[in-house]
Amino acid sequence: MADTRLRRFEWAPVRGVWRRELALFRRYWTSTSFAATVEPTIYLLAFGFGFGSLLGHIAGYRYVDFVGTGIVATAALFTSAFPGMFNTYIRRIYQHSYDAVLATPVDVHELVAGEASWIAVKGGLFSCVPLLVALVFGLPPAAGMFAVPVFTVLTAIGFALFGVWMSTVVPSINSFDYVITGVLTPIFLVAGTFFPVDGLPGWARTAAHFNPLYHCVELVRHAAFGFRPLTDLGHVGALALFATLMWVLAVRGMRRRLID
Amino acid sequence: MADLPAITLRDVVKRYRDKDGSHITAVDGLTLDVPAGVCFGLLGPNGAGKSTTMRMLTAQSRADEGAITVLGHPIPAESKEARAVMGVVPQTDNLDEELTVRQNLEVFAHLYRVPRAGRRGAVDRALEIAQLTDRPGTRVVNLSGGMRRRLLVARGLVHSPRLVLLDEPTVGLDPQVRADLWGLIAALRDEGTTVLMSTHYIEEAERLADGCALMSGGRIVAQGTPGDLIAHHAGGSVEEHHGPPDRLAEIEALVRRAGLPTRRTGPTVSVLRAEHIPPSLADALGNGDRVVRRAANLEDVFVVLTGENVG
Ligand SMILES: Nc1ncnc2c1ncn2[C@@H]1O[C@H](COP(=O)(O)OP(=O)(O)O)[C@@H](O)[C@H]1O
Ligand SMILES: [Mg+2]
Repeated sequence: MADTRLRRFEWAPVRGVWRRELALFRRYWTSTSFAATVEPTIYLLAFGFGFGSLLGHIAGYRYVDFVGTGIVATAALFTSAFPGMFNTYIRRIYQHSYDAVLATPVDVHELVAGEASWIAVKGGLFSCVPLLVALVFGLPPAAGMFAVPVFTVLTAIGFALFGVWMSTVVPSINSFDYVITGVLTPIFLVAGTFFPVDGLPGWARTAAHFNPLYHCVELVRHAAFGFRPLTDLGHVGALALFATLMWVLAVRGMRRRLID
Repeated sequence: MADLPAITLRDVVKRYRDKDGSHITAVDGLTLDVPAGVCFGLLGPNGAGKSTTMRMLTAQSRADEGAITVLGHPIPAESKEARAVMGVVPQTDNLDEELTVRQNLEVFAHLYRVPRAGRRGAVDRALEIAQLTDRPGTRVVNLSGGMRRRLLVARGLVHSPRLVLLDEPTVGLDPQVRADLWGLIAALRDEGTTVLMSTHYIEEAERLADGCALMSGGRIVAQGTPGDLIAHHAGGSVEEHHGPPDRLAEIEALVRRAGLPTRRTGPTVSVLRAEHIPPSLADALGNGDRVVRRAANLEDVFVVLTGENVG
């Protein structure tokens, strides 16, 4: 009988969860895509050209190029953490969708894998749009840029799972305000997106190394301006570590909330 | 194989921690066999532990004590295997409102791993079960309550499961939709699907269930076919006496002295096992136009055994 047992982790349930996401996405893709691509583009134009005209160069880059690459990482953060938090919370608490899914041959970790990977692939790909816009505004093309989606998806996996974890921690949907202000905003500011981390006081520079987004920013920038293999391997490792830690916390949190 | 029970529960206990830290025992030492191929009813008032029992069968709730098997699979160790061959219709509607009728069914055909070749046929069949063949493209938000419930049931049947769990399938429905669903449940059973249905409607259990368990406070207080339960605990018929409170108290005292069970509902005293009323008592009770005789039902059984009403 042992061989008839279903395996611990299977792709079929993950694909099932994706089917559901795809059906929902078909309905909302226009508004989702609009928000995900137009917003970072506005940031890019406002900061890149607004500040850029004042700053000229920063850390050896044209400011518009500096910001253009930084915004890619910012987009990876927001397009994954927000759906991770809000969609997951709404579906669990208000729509009871996960109760329905878990009554089928899908286990909690497969549900989390399906939700997070969908968000990450979608968010990771959308966050490359600002890079295309930056190219139009004169960012020199580079072969390394083809690796950018890999970095953004990897980053987005971590932040999507972070969002899923947070959705199991907050007592109510309004509590996400604390997460946004207390966690996401500092992450987004102290990552070298709008200004270089090097200019910060020593303690903040050290803190930045514990910021997953900082590692994403560095990778995207290096993809555009030249890799530094060893350092970049370290950045990839840091993002992978972050994603792994978030995976453990997200699955544990969801199991605690969904299985009583 | 066919003789193995579809579901077994042995001394199953489930406790919840309340907000103030105290424990609620939602299911309290439940032992039950549901034979394969029957429609089995779990009958009990709100809070009896019916939904908790159902959730333990899918491992969405984990028992603190006891052993459970579903279609031969120990739960929770092999719950995924069990979930693959059973269908669940939950008490709370959790359809995807933004998706269409067909999309809801397609998503679950995927989740239940219906093979690609059979998927379209399975979805079409489920549409027929839901009687929604004429509106596959309608979004669920735009369906009536009855249509939603039929879709919820059909969604749990999309993979032709061997066992179906129906948690209060007809609660809050109008009589027409309820009758539709009763027809559907009876048809499922006739095709050989095992049905475990929870309900607090007496009539539902009496009409549909081959066997039923009366639940109260997390325990089974009696179990058997509806007919046997009624015959054994409530007898053949019931005499309902209407009258002012002091007259009712008097009747209760007389009947109790004769050793027959009674139940009080508002301005009525019901005398159970009325066929055993001795002639002397009958004279004392009188036989005016304020007395109605009716057949005993499961509600009477429930009241006799627990002192509470089901509905
Ligand atoms: N998640 C939970 N947390 C705390 N108490 C619960 C939970 N689920 C059910 N209960 C309690 O367990 C008891 C049985 O509930 P339930 O199984 O839903 O009964 P029924 O379905 O028969 O109405 C009730 O007292 C209910 O309040
Ligand atoms: Mg219930």
